[in-house]
Amino acid sequence: MAAAVTESARPLRVTLPLETATALSLRAGQALRLFGEMFTARDAAHARLVEALATGAPLPFDLAGAVIYYCGPTPGPPPRPIGAAGPTTSSRMDAYAPALYQAGVRATLGKGERALAVREACREFGGLYLITVGGAGALLGSRVLSAEVVAYPELGPEAVRRLVVADFPAWVAYDAHGGSLFPADSDLPRAVPK
Amino acid sequence: MRMLPTSDITPQVAALCRRLNFALPLDVREALCRARERETSPRAREALDLLLENTQVAERECLPLCQDTGMVVVFAEVGEEVCFCGSLQAAVDAGVAEAYREGSLRPSVLADPLRRDSNTGDNTPAILHLEQVPGDRLTLHVAAKGGGSENQSALWLLSPSQGREGIVAAIVGRIREAGGRPCPPLVLGVGLGGNFETAPLLAKKALFRPLGQPSPDPQLADLEREILQRVNETGVGPLGLGGNTTALAVHVVSAPCHLATLPVALNVQCHAVRHATVVI
Repeated sequence: MAAAVTESARPLRVTLPLETATALSLRAGQALRLFGEMFTARDAAHARLVEALATGAPLPFDLAGAVIYYCGPTPGPPPRPIGAAGPTTSSRMDAYAPALYQAGVRATLGKGERALAVREACREFGGLYLITVGGAGALLGSRVLSAEVVAYPELGPEAVRRLVVADFPAWVAYDAHGGSLFPADSDLPRAVPK
Repeated sequence: MRMLPTSDITPQVAALCRRLNFALPLDVREALCRARERETSPRAREALDLLLENTQVAERECLPLCQDTGMVVVFAEVGEEVCFCGSLQAAVDAGVAEAYREGSLRPSVLADPLRRDSNTGDNTPAILHLEQVPGDRLTLHVAAKGGGSENQSALWLLSPSQGREGIVAAIVGRIREAGGRPCPPLVLGVGLGGNFETAPLLAKKALFRPLGQPSPDPQLADLEREILQRVNETGVGPLGLGGNTTALAVHVVSAPCHLATLPVALNVQCHAVRHATVVI
């Protein structure tokens, strides 16, 4: 069983993009309220991002320190910037995630358990995997202050959007030290300090 | 015979698609409230609080409950005395297109499963199942089914010797493995018997039963209770955060099957149970 998981004390307010020290200080199970910038990307956008990384093509946004949100929102009824905006299943992006953490992505945000390789990538590159409330699209959409398409508009709901959020609920699912919030996971051994 | 113009059907389907994406049925909301009272883990309680708040925000702000506004599934019970003027599939698709083209619902249907750029743009076609029943009415059971929970569904062709214990073990194992991915707390539709193609259909149909209403067959009702208890003992909990509310209800529907077979299908439904029925 996962050891020493923080059982939801008061949610911690954190500002995005995450500072390195903050990312390293968080532990699996910690409840968060997010404030600041994140980028949406799901299946199709990930295929393009990872291809761009492999070929050295320009990236549509700076990956260093970025938070990627696995989300394909509904359009916003005017004047709302976005409609329903809950998370999609993270494990579909597992094949792409290690390369993105290696390229500097600080955190990914989605729902559900993931492959061991993602947890190992978090530990290796000082990254986090955060989860939010699956199926609470209306609530989460109402916490988005602004949204603009920054890449791949032809992908429709799967386009990359820059969001600014406030008071956005989340939990740390995998921390940067091998810890997991999920009841079925054992903690990984902590990384040897380099 | 009763002549039913398909133009009478389209607006009803459109209205249902709109309604079910913005309001959670009362029985589901009540089940979430009861789960909230039972949960002891603060994290699970917080998750259920946020889900209940989501239903309020959806209605107040006219936002869909979930950004996955589903692929539309329709079970049509067609009275034997009903005669259509035109195609029922076309009438249903026209209603779906009308609702999803208005802009607040996300079109989520690909014409070609292998081409990400083949979105049909209006969430058509709907998946339509027809069944003939006595009478002169048309009943449409309409669901907007999300992809994340559908992905965790399964079909097993068990050996008859595996029996009831084999059925329970397969379902409980699947839900444990699925964890938080299908957005628990779940409703589980189980199709028992039939064959390779009908068991999944029974499982999908089982989801349309009013939430938590037990099977009229006492043996199946008992099986439902056992599966529900064992699934809730997995500890997966709301959204996979841990806790004792992994499923809100289990509905089992059975059909005759070949004596050499024991087909079992599991259709997984997330907490956003978007079902509605209209009689025309």
